[in-house]
Amino acid sequence: MSTTEAATETAPGLRVVQDATCTFCGCVCDDMELTVEGDRITKAKNACVLGKAWFFNHHVEDRPEALIDGQPAGYEQAMDRAAEILLSARFPLTYGLSDTTTEAQRVALAITDWIGGIVDTTTSVCHGPSGIAFQGVGEVTCSLGEVKNRADYVIFWGGNPAESHPRHFTKYSLMPKGEFVPNGRKDRTAVLIDVRKTKSAKAADHFLQVKPRRDFELAWALRALARGVELDPSIEETTGISLETLEEIMDGMKKAKFGVILFGMGLTMTRGKHLNSEAVLALARDMNEHTRWSAKPMRGHGNVTGADNVVSWSTGYPFGVHLGSGFPRFNPGEFTASDVLARGEADAALIIASDPMSNFSQPARDHLEGIPSVVLDPKLSDTARTASVAFTTSTYGINTGGTVYRMDDVPIPLRPAFDSPYKSDLEILRGIESRIRQRQLAESLPDPAASGA
Amino acid sequence: MSSLRITGGTIYDPANGIDGDVGDIWIVDGRIVEAPAEPDASADRTLDATGLVVMPGGIDMHCHIAGPKVNTARKMIPEEKRTAEPVRRTRLTRSGSGGSVPSTFATGYLYAGLGYTTAFDAAVPPLAARHAHEELEDTPIIDKGFYVMMGNNHYVMKQLAAGEPGRLKAYIAWLLQSTKGYAAKLVNPGGVEVWKSGGGNVHGIDETVDHFNVTPRQIIQGVASTVQELGLPHPVHIHCNNLGLPGNHATTMDTMKSLEGYRGHLTHIQFHSYDGDPDDQSTFGSRVPELSEYVNSHENLTVDVGQVMFANTTSMTGDGPLGYYLHQVTGRKWFSGDTEMEAGCGIVPIVYKQKSLVHALQWAIGLEWYLMVDDPWRIAMSTDHPNGGSFQAYPEIISLLMDRERRLEVLAGAPAAVSDRCTLKDLDREYSLNEIAIITRAAPARMLGLAHKGHLGPGADGDVTLYSPDDDIQRMFELPRYVVSRGEVIVDDAQIMRDTRGRTLYVEPEYDPDAVDDIQAWFEKTYSIQFRNYPVGDHYLQDPLVVPTS
Repeated sequence: MSTTEAATETAPGLRVVQDATCTFCGCVCDDMELTVEGDRITKAKNACVLGKAWFFNHHVEDRPEALIDGQPAGYEQAMDRAAEILLSARFPLTYGLSDTTTEAQRVALAITDWIGGIVDTTTSVCHGPSGIAFQGVGEVTCSLGEVKNRADYVIFWGGNPAESHPRHFTKYSLMPKGEFVPNGRKDRTAVLIDVRKTKSAKAADHFLQVKPRRDFELAWALRALARGVELDPSIEETTGISLETLEEIMDGMKKAKFGVILFGMGLTMTRGKHLNSEAVLALARDMNEHTRWSAKPMRGHGNVTGADNVVSWSTGYPFGVHLGSGFPRFNPGEFTASDVLARGEADAALIIASDPMSNFSQPARDHLEGIPSVVLDPKLSDTARTASVAFTTSTYGINTGGTVYRMDDVPIPLRPAFDSPYKSDLEILRGIESRIRQRQLAESLPDPAASGA
Repeated sequence: MSSLRITGGTIYDPANGIDGDVGDIWIVDGRIVEAPAEPDASADRTLDATGLVVMPGGIDMHCHIAGPKVNTARKMIPEEKRTAEPVRRTRLTRSGSGGSVPSTFATGYLYAGLGYTTAFDAAVPPLAARHAHEELEDTPIIDKGFYVMMGNNHYVMKQLAAGEPGRLKAYIAWLLQSTKGYAAKLVNPGGVEVWKSGGGNVHGIDETVDHFNVTPRQIIQGVASTVQELGLPHPVHIHCNNLGLPGNHATTMDTMKSLEGYRGHLTHIQFHSYDGDPDDQSTFGSRVPELSEYVNSHENLTVDVGQVMFANTTSMTGDGPLGYYLHQVTGRKWFSGDTEMEAGCGIVPIVYKQKSLVHALQWAIGLEWYLMVDDPWRIAMSTDHPNGGSFQAYPEIISLLMDRERRLEVLAGAPAAVSDRCTLKDLDREYSLNEIAIITRAAPARMLGLAHKGHLGPGADGDVTLYSPDDDIQRMFELPRYVVSRGEVIVDDAQIMRDTRGRTLYVEPEYDPDAVDDIQAWFEKTYSIQFRNYPVGDHYLQDPLVVPTS
């Protein structure tokens, strides 16, 4: 039952790790069989094309343990400097977290709490709107094994799993034979809703090409049909899909025994944002008046779901949390990283396993570049290049163990393939936290003489 | 070796027959010891407890504080969290949010602040056990554990239908070991599976669960007897079918009768004691007199109450169809989460109002239970936190139990019909401090089979709560003077003095290793994760304690 049991030495220098976990995307497939030669993975059985790229392209680069202002430095010195930067900040920002273990995320939360900063994750730039929608209407959902075992009607909306989550069809949602769908694909109806005909369309029985920026109207039309409200045929002009088709789809949805809507960023990041997610969550909820339906966001990063969970259990809120007043406050748009940076507010940043310099807005990047920052990344990312302290880290799932949460909140352990000479996010963050705590506790000790004790 | 002496307190230690005697308590290395024979013996630290009431640390045997459903509820209710009193960061302690579903750190501090040193989450789906342990590790100070939901588990139902008690026994033991859980929990046995497989529910313990061909009765009896055979410290922990529905008393009575010959714990019994027509809320009433009479005359049964208090709270349950029912009744936002092969989940925010006939009756029915079970050793205090109310309402409940006038005052503010439909106004009983110590400490410890908790005799955990006597009973229990955990003063005058981790309690019942092949074959066919990645590794438990089976 320990994580070591799964690794067997097959020849000198050659190891096979079974049931290893791929952290590349939110599928978090945990059935990898990795062949490891020295510090390279040479085979990754069961991995998809993205997973293979993830495993094969990982090799330990010869880089310094850390860079301080661009100059090579050792871990100890870099941790000292990182702690100094974070302690002297008045409005520090912690960001990223979606590509590291929950163990490391927990320490990042502790650091942010102790220094009274803001903590935000990549959720705020991917499925943040779904999180907000969730707070509005709730969610009827299920684990991926429920989809595998029961779903006889599957709708993919605003996503292209064939390319973004390549094993989703085969492992969870379309192909597998399940307890209540013994014939697998034959027992399921699949619908793809998207603005363009992607590779995923081939896997679907019905492709509904929604007009761009009209997802909300389409979801609302389906909600109306679910309730038995008569719709005007002009819905076709609005959404791009004929009333007849919509009625046919709704008929199938009502006749299903267990339906599920799996939605992607094509829904959440287009016009309407959280209103779109809310409409789709409400549609799945409403369908429970007829039969069982679920909805689920298709999460991208390997452990973004873990990040949501850790931020939530630590603070009570899922992302965009301000701890500067001594207790957690939540306000997306105010306390989310891209906004805090774009408004020029944060005066230091701790960036973990994320690369905002490559995807934030120009004003946010400009500000981030100008403030002291501490960056943890296995690669020399754009963000690491501009950091005051850039730590080289080992890679989660490949070099370090820990826990990741699959897109359906199922927590899965990691089985590392080989050791890295570099420290893990967890080790580095712990080093920074202990330095911060030593300083804080030393400075705030009451003076025994003054208190008369 | 560190030692603590608590001197001159008025001690309530019902498990050792001490009812208000003045004496000393000695704690060495976290455990209570006999007072040293030498008259001039000294301790590293002495607390002068003169005039203070001394009790063992409180034990919450049924609450929802960790795992996916609790965390989902946190994410779901920013509007409640925004107005709730937050837990502020201090030099030693982390910050957190409060309200009906506090964050993990806040949960630990708030329990400790009330003098509670142990709490058990009552409903964890096995697939999420790792998550629950991660949260418990971030729940400071208190000792903790959780119950594993298995009343709608496919393997359990299949073995019952196939008449394979040996396989069932091996599976339950394997499941508890794999999850590092403490007890076997049934939530609406069979009913959740019906809900998951197309909607609906079961409505009595003899309805057949489609596809699996078992009845709730078979599940209840099968798991009750297996738990007994395994010698688990806590008997089967049952959330009956038909929770919350008018007229559900019959199902509850059937469940109790089905346990004849077995030990069983019926949880949040308040929610299962209703008179009336299931389709007509206006017929709602109490059937506590006959149900409590049955409990009084059947020593194999214990209960906790699930008291409803008037406030904003969040309903969270492994009972998926119940979540749907509450969503329909309240019209509020709703979360439902089905876990493959194992369990369901429902979450709905809810407000209990004194002016509502149904809510006020639920409140009164809970109090009837406390007042009508003759033997306090067989009833434990709970709000089914946060379902009936927050654990932070315990001091208020204590004051209601100790003060009949206070009960009548609240009753006077409720709809007049409440008194026609229950017996509360006629109940004169007032709890003593000793009885309070039983239902909040000694009895839950005994029900849980925790020999080292709930009392102050030698060998017990050094968990002690000291209260300043006060005419205002609620205030007395809200603000303990000191709280001691494992021999260290954790709370001094409402200040957290140390941030400790607490222990995780779990069981390791033995099973036949040959039985695992069959479990594995089933698992690999059905689950979406690998068999080897299912068991929770030792490193998820910070400071584990295996409680022995008998």
